[in-house]
Amino acid sequence: MRIALFSTCIVDAMYPATARATVEILERLGHTVIFPTGQACCGQMHVNSGYFKDALPVVRNHVAAFSHGDYDVAVAPSGSCVASVKHQHPMLAHRCGDAGLAADAEEVGAKTYELSQLLTDVLDVTNAAEQLGSYFPHKVTYHPSCHGMRLLRLGDRQRNLLESVDGLEFAPLPEADQCCGFGGTFSIKNSDVSTAMLEDKADSIEASGASLCAGGDASCLMHIGGGLSRRGSQARTVHLAEILASTRDNPLVIPEAQGGVVVLNGGTR
Amino acid sequence: MSINLGIPAVRTRGEGNLFAHEKFPTAAKRELKNQQLRANLRHATHTIRDKRINVVSELPDWEDLRESGSRIKENVMARLPELLEQFEAAFTARGGVIHWANDATEANAIVTSLIRATGETEVVKVKSMATQEIGLNEHLESLGINAIETDLAELIVQLGHDRPSHILVPAIHKNRTQIRDIFRAEIPNASPDLTDNPKELAATARAYLREKFLNAKVAISGANFGIAETGTLGVVESEGNGRMCLTLPETLITVMGIEKILPRWEDLGVFMQLLPRSSTGERMNPYSSLWTGKNGQDGPQNIHLVMLDNGRTRALADKNGRSALHCIRCSACMNVCPVYERTGGHAYGSTYPGPIGAILSPLLTGITAEENSSLPYASSLCGACFDACPVKINIPEILIDLRAQDVEAQHSVRKAPTEMDVLMKGASWALSSGTRLKFLEKGLPAGRLLAGKDQRISWLPGIAGGWTSSRDIPAPPQSSFRDQWAQREKFQKSQGPQLFQQSQASPKPTGKQGE
Repeated sequence: MRIALFSTCIVDAMYPATARATVEILERLGHTVIFPTGQACCGQMHVNSGYFKDALPVVRNHVAAFSHGDYDVAVAPSGSCVASVKHQHPMLAHRCGDAGLAADAEEVGAKTYELSQLLTDVLDVTNAAEQLGSYFPHKVTYHPSCHGMRLLRLGDRQRNLLESVDGLEFAPLPEADQCCGFGGTFSIKNSDVSTAMLEDKADSIEASGASLCAGGDASCLMHIGGGLSRRGSQARTVHLAEILASTRDNPLVIPEAQGGVVVLNGGTR
Repeated sequence: MSINLGIPAVRTRGEGNLFAHEKFPTAAKRELKNQQLRANLRHATHTIRDKRINVVSELPDWEDLRESGSRIKENVMARLPELLEQFEAAFTARGGVIHWANDATEANAIVTSLIRATGETEVVKVKSMATQEIGLNEHLESLGINAIETDLAELIVQLGHDRPSHILVPAIHKNRTQIRDIFRAEIPNASPDLTDNPKELAATARAYLREKFLNAKVAISGANFGIAETGTLGVVESEGNGRMCLTLPETLITVMGIEKILPRWEDLGVFMQLLPRSSTGERMNPYSSLWTGKNGQDGPQNIHLVMLDNGRTRALADKNGRSALHCIRCSACMNVCPVYERTGGHAYGSTYPGPIGAILSPLLTGITAEENSSLPYASSLCGACFDACPVKINIPEILIDLRAQDVEAQHSVRKAPTEMDVLMKGASWALSSGTRLKFLEKGLPAGRLLAGKDQRISWLPGIAGGWTSSRDIPAPPQSSFRDQWAQREKFQKSQGPQLFQQSQASPKPTGKQGE
């Protein structure tokens, strides 16, 4: 299968290791990954902030980059960006009366999958240890991000994949379904409320006893990880794709936290 | 004969208690500091939330019920003028008198004149959102008419000279001890030794209210439903105090929003299942009262209904927002909202707090009214409200639409762009081309310098400082993914196909920081 990678803007610029891990998993399964270089961002930040006019060129760019391409399906390691591609792009195209854009956006949306969705529903991966060789000997808890959970209805797909990783000890997260408080520009415009939500999420992660909190959205992980870092917590965040890509031969190494300083799942890998 | 539906040519802007008087972030910041409030709210919302999940999961056809509720309401919104006429004819035929009010001022004036005609100066009230919306109690008080709330929680709020902070549990922000103090101070015959034992508190309120019920000649109620087919009004409640008001006095005045109409009697079957489960987490309402006009010599003999617009036709004209009028005031959205849970209802300013308030208030008043433009931003768009809503109001989608209305309205009046405008414009330019993003990502190493030795960015200027006030940003990587991908492509051309990890541009893991 030819699979087009949508790296998302935040992964492209801040978390390239997550994109590399995504490619690695898919190539390990024998698929060909392509990277449409015209891509940049889904425009979710603009749409969610009410800047529809500024969102339109971003959406046009994404739809153009992925339209009529030589690939079977597209994948992104982010539930919220996939939800934006599937729901917001056609909505915005209809709003501005561009029927051509709407049709293309619908087509791109229908072919775009979140990573766990693609693995589970299309590529029949149900056991990461057996099918991907995934090995990650750490105690891990899991935060299901809101858009994956409620807009894409990912259900237990991400969690099931995590739990099937060799060596991984799964620790349930108390009140897992509660929003972490990121919400894009909400974290800036309503910073105090966002922080209060983040504090509770960080408390839950620490209460889980896990040293790592996994998730499927780099943006939520950046938010949660940023809060954990600020409070000097030993816990940190890691993207699901990087756990799945980790093997016995080439394990994802989590450096020790030193003096309360936490290195997030950023450029190092 | 033509019927005046009270729908004006120029759409009425809702008035009364529908406005935030300060921006949500400012109000929220203050409320967040109230630890007692947060603890009370957390306890109460989580209790109701868990009860709701339990009773909802008992019904295998819950999703079908939601869909039915949503469809019935859509149908109502599409045929509202026709249904209102049908309701008026049926209600009038059974001895009721109907009054149409464009706004809060008209509604208050109508109710006042009806009370004055009876010569009474004290009336009992059934808990009602519509009368809170129009500020009826305060209006009557200013004219020397005492309106006594009979719903226990509403009474607590009223005696405490406070405002309700939740649709279902108006005194959600008060604990037992606070309630005891209010009763001791405000109920004339309350024992000075009154404790905070719930039984004692209830008995004190009961004795006080019984006397009021038996002496009242006039009652004021809201209505949960109005059935167009039969002209029936309905109120659902939990204590039976509402029923006392609805049956004992001679005159009954109901104030109902025009959107509360249901077409048929049988539609009640859907809503009587949806409402109690969503609001109190119960299978059915303890007290469901329905009245259709006068009944012989029994019960109230003067039956009035004030049909309230107050911005509802304005909301109805908003094709993306009109489904907010589907709301049956169950409060399920506020019980699951992480923002409401932490700020409480007062932060929203309006009678309608929480997620539904964040859309309903600006829809009724217009987005530019007072500080209501800050309400649609009071959400992380987590979507829990949409999932919980028994009539499937897509609150997140309407929030986004109202944000767009706000941005447009702001842009039309403002000359200089705000920092957010500049940020969004710049991001739009950068993120609408792979080439531009690639160019900008060349600056990532500079971000690493900014992060310094401890590999994190802890301070940013301007609005981005909202982020770094409580969160770090990790040091950016050496290079972007697209650069690493391009390097691999180059590598593969000369060396043949390789798995990504073996050919990756960034260093191999060493277990040390900062590589």
